[in-house]
Amino acid sequence: MNTRKSEKSVIFTFSAYTLVTIASLICLIPFLLILSGSLTSNESIIRDGYRLFPKEFSSAAYKAIFAAPSPIVRAYGVTTFVTIVGTAIGLFLMTMAGYVLQRKDFRYRNRCMFFIYFTTLFSGGLVPWYIMMTSYLNLTDTYTALIFPGLMSPFLIILMRSFIRTTIPDEIVESAKIDGANDFRIYYQVVVPLAMPGIATVGLFLALGYWNGWFHSSLFINDPHKYELQYYLYNIINTMSFLADLGASTGVTVAVDIPMESTKLAMALIVTGPILLLYPFVQRFFVKGLTVGAVKG
Amino acid sequence: MLVPTLLFFLINSYIPMVGIYFAFTRFDFNGGLFGSQFIGLENFSFLWKSGKLVELTLNTIGYNLAFIFFKNILAILFAVLLSEIHGKWFKKITQSVLFLPYFVSFVLLSAISYNMFNYETGFVNTMLKSFDIAPVNFYNTPWIWIFLLIAFYLWKQIGYSMVIYLASITGISDEYYEAARIDGATILQRIRYITIPMLMPAFFLLLLFSIGSIMKGQFDLFYQLIGNNGLLFSTTDIIDTYVFRSLKETFDIGMATAAGLYQSLFGFILILTVNYLIKKSNEDYALF
Repeated sequence: MNTRKSEKSVIFTFSAYTLVTIASLICLIPFLLILSGSLTSNESIIRDGYRLFPKEFSSAAYKAIFAAPSPIVRAYGVTTFVTIVGTAIGLFLMTMAGYVLQRKDFRYRNRCMFFIYFTTLFSGGLVPWYIMMTSYLNLTDTYTALIFPGLMSPFLIILMRSFIRTTIPDEIVESAKIDGANDFRIYYQVVVPLAMPGIATVGLFLALGYWNGWFHSSLFINDPHKYELQYYLYNIINTMSFLADLGASTGVTVAVDIPMESTKLAMALIVTGPILLLYPFVQRFFVKGLTVGAVKG
Repeated sequence: MLVPTLLFFLINSYIPMVGIYFAFTRFDFNGGLFGSQFIGLENFSFLWKSGKLVELTLNTIGYNLAFIFFKNILAILFAVLLSEIHGKWFKKITQSVLFLPYFVSFVLLSAISYNMFNYETGFVNTMLKSFDIAPVNFYNTPWIWIFLLIAFYLWKQIGYSMVIYLASITGISDEYYEAARIDGATILQRIRYITIPMLMPAFFLLLLFSIGSIMKGQFDLFYQLIGNNGLLFSTTDIIDTYVFRSLKETFDIGMATAAGLYQSLFGFILILTVNYLIKKSNEDYALF
C-alpha cells in the first residue's frame, strides 16, 4: 500500500496519527492504573485515592499474596487444566466437524449445518439448561461442568469450516483418496497439517474463553478448591471474606496487615499476567487466522 | 466424524429446550419436570404486569443497538485510519495495543471499573477532587452507567472488529487504488468510493452475527460491572442478568424460564425479520 501517497494528505495523515495515538492511550491507561494501584501503599490509597503513578510506593500487596500462595496456585491449576483439556477436545471435535461439513459430497451437509446453526437462533434459555446440568446430569462440583459447555460454538465451527474450505483444494483430498487413504487418514495426514493456522486461531479463541471463564464456576462450583482463576479473583474483589481467609492462613489480622485495596489489584494483575505476557506472540496468529477465516464467511 | 458434534449440540442445546415447559408451571423442586403444577401463561402475565418485561426489553435492545452502532462505526474508522498510516512500527504497535483489551477478562474489567469509579478512592474522583470539583458517587447514579457500560464495551471490543475490517481492507486489490490515483482521486475520495463499499460484505456479516445476539446482550459485562447493585437496575438490568438473579438468588424458576423463553422467541423473530430485509435488498449479504 506504500505506492499510494497523496500530496494533499498531510492533514489527513496528521489527524490519523493523532486519533490512533489517543485511542491507544485510552486502551493502555486502565492497565497502568491497575499496576500503579497494586504498587501503592494501602494508606496512601485510602488517603489520596488511586493515581496514575504511585504516591507512596509499596510492594506489601504482593508480599501478602505470596506469603500464602496456595489458593491462587490451586486456582491457577484448575484453570490451566480446564483450558488445556477443553481446548484439546474442542479442537479435535471441531476440526473433524469442519472437515465433514465442507465436503461437497456429503449429502446431509446443509441439514447438519442448520442443526448446528439453529442453536444460535433459538434456545431453551439459561434455567432449563442449568436444571439439566445440575439435576439430570449431576455435574455440580465437577470439572466436566467447567469443560463441557465451552467445547464448541457454532461460530467457531463455521470459522473452521470456511478455513478448511478456502485453504485445502479439493484436488488434494481427491488425490489422497485415489492413493487409497480412507477418510480418517485424509483427516489427520492432509487436513490437519494444512489447516494449522486455522486450528491455531480457533484454539486461541477456545483457550481464551476457558482462561477468562468465571460463569460456569459461579453456576456449578460450590467447592472453593475447584474455583477457576477468574472466579477466585471475582470473589476477592467482591467479598472481604476471601481476604480474611488469606489473612487467617498467614496468621495476621485482616484489617491491619492485609492491604485490602492494593491486594485486590495485585491479584487482578497476577491473574491477568500470563495473557499479557503471551499476548505479543498470540496476537499474530489471531490476526492471521481471522484474516483468512472470517473474510469470506 | 460429525457425530460427537451433533451429540454435543443435542445435549447442550436441544434437550434443554424441553425445559421450556417450566415457563408454564409453578416450579416445585420436588416435582421435577412434570411434577410441577401447570399454570399456563400466569408467569408471563405476572412479568408483564410488573412492568419488568418492558423495562428489561428496552434496556436489552437499547444497549445492544448502541453497542453495534458505535462499535462498527469506530472499528471501521480505526481500520481505515490504520490502513492509511505508513509508519510500520507505529502501525504495528498501535494495532496490538488496540487489540489488547479484547484479551482481558470481564472480571478484570470490573476491577478496572472499581479502581476508576469508586466513591472514596476512585481515580476519577481523585482527579475531580484535585481540581476542587465535588466527587460523583457513580455507584448510585443510574444514568451515568448508560455511558460507562457503552464505553467499557467499546474499549474491550473495538480492537477485534477492527482487525476483521483491517483484514478485509488488506484483501482489496491495489489495482483499484492505482486506477483511482491516476484519475486524481484524493485520499478521502478513495476511502469514500473504494474502501467503504468494499467493506460492506464484512460489515453485513458482523451485523447479522450481532443482531442474532441482540436479545442476549453481553451478560458478562453487565454482571461484572453492576453485579447485584439494585440502585442501578433501572438503567442497567437486562434480561440475562434478571434471569441469572432469579435463578441464583430468588429461585424464581418458572419466572426465570418465562423470561428466558420470551428472550429466545423475541430474538428468533428479530433475526428472521432482519435476515429477510437484508435478503430483499441484497441477496448476497443474507445469512441463510
